[in-house]
Amino acid sequence: MTFALIRKARKSPLSYEIKKQMHKIVSATFLAENIKKIEIEAPRIAKKRKAGQFIMLRVNQTGERIPLTIADADPEKGTITIIVQGMGKSTKELNTKEAGDTISDIVGPLGAPSDIENFGTAVSIGGGVGTAIAYPTAVALKKAGNYVITINGARSKDLVILEKEMKAVSDEAYITTDDGSYGFHGFVTQKLQELIDSGKKIDYVLAIGPIPMMRAIAEVTRPYNIKTMVSLNPIMVDGTGMCGGCRVTVNNETKFACVDGPEFDAHQVDFKNLTDRNKLYLPEEKQSAEAFAHKCKLQ
Amino acid sequence: MCPQHITTKERLAIPRQEMPSQSPDVRNKNFKEVNLGYTPELARKEALRCLQCKDPACVKGCPVNIKIDQFIKYIADGDFLGAARKIKEDNVLPAICGRVCPQEDQCEKACILTKKYTSVAIGNLERFAADHERETGNVELPAVKASTGKKVAVIGSGPAGLSCANDLIQLGHAVTVFEALHELGGVLVYGIPEFRLPKEIVKQEIEGLKQLGVKFITNVLAGRSVTVDELLNEEDFDAVFIGVGAGLPWFMGIPGENLLGVYSANEFLTRVNLMKSYQFPNNDTPVFNCKGKNVAVFGGGNTAMDAVRTAKRLGAEHAYIVYRRSEAEMPARLEEVHHAREEGIEFLMLMNPLEFVGNEQQWLTGAKCLKMELGEPDESGRRRPIPIKDSEFILPIDMAVISIGNGSNPLIKQSTPDIEVSKRDTIVVDLNTMATSKEDVYAGGDIVTGGATVILAMGAGRTAAKAIHKKLMGIATHE
Repeated sequence: MTFALIRKARKSPLSYEIKKQMHKIVSATFLAENIKKIEIEAPRIAKKRKAGQFIMLRVNQTGERIPLTIADADPEKGTITIIVQGMGKSTKELNTKEAGDTISDIVGPLGAPSDIENFGTAVSIGGGVGTAIAYPTAVALKKAGNYVITINGARSKDLVILEKEMKAVSDEAYITTDDGSYGFHGFVTQKLQELIDSGKKIDYVLAIGPIPMMRAIAEVTRPYNIKTMVSLNPIMVDGTGMCGGCRVTVNNETKFACVDGPEFDAHQVDFKNLTDRNKLYLPEEKQSAEAFAHKCKLQ
Repeated sequence: MCPQHITTKERLAIPRQEMPSQSPDVRNKNFKEVNLGYTPELARKEALRCLQCKDPACVKGCPVNIKIDQFIKYIADGDFLGAARKIKEDNVLPAICGRVCPQEDQCEKACILTKKYTSVAIGNLERFAADHERETGNVELPAVKASTGKKVAVIGSGPAGLSCANDLIQLGHAVTVFEALHELGGVLVYGIPEFRLPKEIVKQEIEGLKQLGVKFITNVLAGRSVTVDELLNEEDFDAVFIGVGAGLPWFMGIPGENLLGVYSANEFLTRVNLMKSYQFPNNDTPVFNCKGKNVAVFGGGNTAMDAVRTAKRLGAEHAYIVYRRSEAEMPARLEEVHHAREEGIEFLMLMNPLEFVGNEQQWLTGAKCLKMELGEPDESGRRRPIPIKDSEFILPIDMAVISIGNGSNPLIKQSTPDIEVSKRDTIVVDLNTMATSKEDVYAGGDIVTGGATVILAMGAGRTAAKAIHKKLMGIATHE
C-alpha cells in the first residue's frame, strides 16, 4: 500500500467540536398546566415510527438521555410529536423550549411497535399524560378494524388532554376525573369495571399511565382473562439495547424494556420491582430539580 | 549512546523503561489518565533495547502486523514523526491501541527478549510516537485516491467501524458511518474509562477521519432507525459493514439481581464515561453514590477492572473484585490488575455469588457467596472452581456491578433475517473477507467474535475494507 502524505491536519487539537445536526422545534404549545405538546423535526424517525415506539432525547450537551413515547408523526413534513409532562429537571427543561429552539439529540424509533390486530373490542386507557402515549395505539387499533373504546383519566378537568383527538378515533369515548370536575367521577379502573359489568365483551385492553394505575387495571382484567398490555417506563440510559439498566421482571424472567418492550403483558409484569427500581435516583432527581427551579427563578 | 554504534551487549544491558504514572493514592481519586507517557529520552532509551531482528517475531504477533522493528528504529534515531508514519501504514488508531491493546499477549509476548530478559515495551513506544505526533500538531493525513463513485455504509463508530471507514475512504470510496449513540467512538467512549483512554484522544483520531472525508451521522440505530436493506436499496449504498459491537449484558441469573444498587458493568460505565455522571449535578445523569460505600464487581476481565477502579474513584470505601477462579485465571490484562491493586482494589478470589440480599426498601445490603477451590482443568483449560462445603457467608456491600460479558444485540438479526447468525446470535462471516451470508454485507468486531479486543475489531474492519474494495471494483480474489 502506498502511503503518500499530502497534507497536514489542522493544528487544533483542542478546538475539536462535534458538528451535529440539531433538531428544530416546529411548534410547542401547552395542552394543560405543565403538559406540553412539542413537534420536532426528525425526518428519519417520522418515516419509520409505528404506534407504541419511543425516542431517546437529550435536551443539550450536559443533558440526560430520556425516553419519550412518540405521540404522533408527519412523515411528509418530517416531524414527530411528543407530549411532555414536566416532572423532573430534564422534562421541565424540555418544556421551557419554544418553536425555533433546538434539541441536541434524538434517536429512534426505539422499542418494539405495539402488537396491532383486529381483536374485536379494544379498550385504550390513558392515565394523565399516558393518554398521549395511548393515542397512537388507539389510532392503529381503529385502523385495524377494532371497535375502539377509550377511557382517559385525569385528576381534574383542566388536566384532561387530547379529548377531541381521542373522540375522533373512538366508537365510545369516556373521560374520568378523580375530583368529578368533568366526565365520570372516579378512576379509570372503575369505569372499566362498569363497562365489564354492563356485559360488554372486551377482547383487548391497553393501559398506559402511572404504575399504580396500570397495576390496578391488570387486577381488574385478570379475573376475566382479558388480554391486557401495559407500556412500561423503567429508567433507561442508552435505550438501544446495550446497558441493561431498563430490565424489568416479566413472567419471572428478566426482560429489557428498550428492545423487548416497552409493552408487556400486564398480567405477567412484576410491578413492585418496577416501582422499587424507579426510586433508584430519587435524592439525585430532587437535587437536580431544585437546582433547576432555583436557576429559573434567577432568570 | 549512538544507535548506529551500540553493541548487542550494550542493548541488552538497558533495563526496560518504566512507564511514568500518577501515584496510586493520587490517581485513585481522579479521572485523569493513569499513565503519563514516555519522555523523548525514555522512549529513545527503550527503543535502543530492540535488537532489530532480521525476522521479527513481534510483527507476526501483532493482529494487524505493524512494522514494529522499523518504527522502533525511527524512535531510536530520534525521528519520532517517521515512527508515527510507519505505524500508521498498518494501524489507524495508534494512540488508542498503544493504550489498550493487550501487548503482553501479542507483540511483546513474541519479542525475542522475553525468553531471557523482559520484552521491549512496544505498546509504550507506539503510544509515544502517536502522542508525539498529535501533541506537536504534526498529524499527517494520508492521500485519498480519486473517487470511485462507490458508496459504503459503516454501522457503528467503534474500533471495527473506524478502521474499516479509514481504509475505504483512502481507497476513494464515499463512506458514511452511522452511530446509535450521541457520541462517536463506541466502546472507546462509553466503555473504556477516561483514566485509561482520554476521550480527547478518541475525538482527535475521529477528527482525522472527518478530514479525510468520512461522513458521520450520530443517533441512528441500525435495525430501528434504518435497516440494512434500506441502506442498500433505498439509500443506494453499494456495500454495508456491520460493526455494532456487543449487545445486552449477561446477568448471573441469581436471586436479587434486580435489587436497587445492582448494575451491569455496561450501565455503570456508560453512566460514568459517556454520560459523565462523575460530574453530577453539572451533568444531569446520576449514578449510584459510591462515597464511603462498599462496592463489589463480579468478574475478572478488563471491563471488571475498569468498573472497580471507577467505583474507587467515585469514593468507594472498599472496592472488591469478586472472582470465582483464582487470580491466575483472570482474563484481565496484567497491567490493569497491577494498577488496580496499587490503587487499593481488594481481590476476593475463589468466591462465587449465590444471591443478592437487600433491605425492606429493596436496596442491596450484601451478596451471599460461597468459597471455592480449584479442581481439574475444564474445557477452557483453566482449573475448574469447585465449591467448598458449608463455606457460605454474606459479603456486606451497597453496590454490585456484574461484569461477566455480553450477549449480541438482537436488532440486526430481527430486522435482517437473511444474515446468518450463530447459536450465540453472533454474525457468521467468512474470516478471509468478513463477508456475511448476505450479498454486499460484511461484519466484524464483537458482533462477530463476541466480547474481544479493540485491536482484533480493528483488524476485522481492515480485512472487510480490503474485501469490500475488491468486490466494488470487480477485482478477482485468489483466496
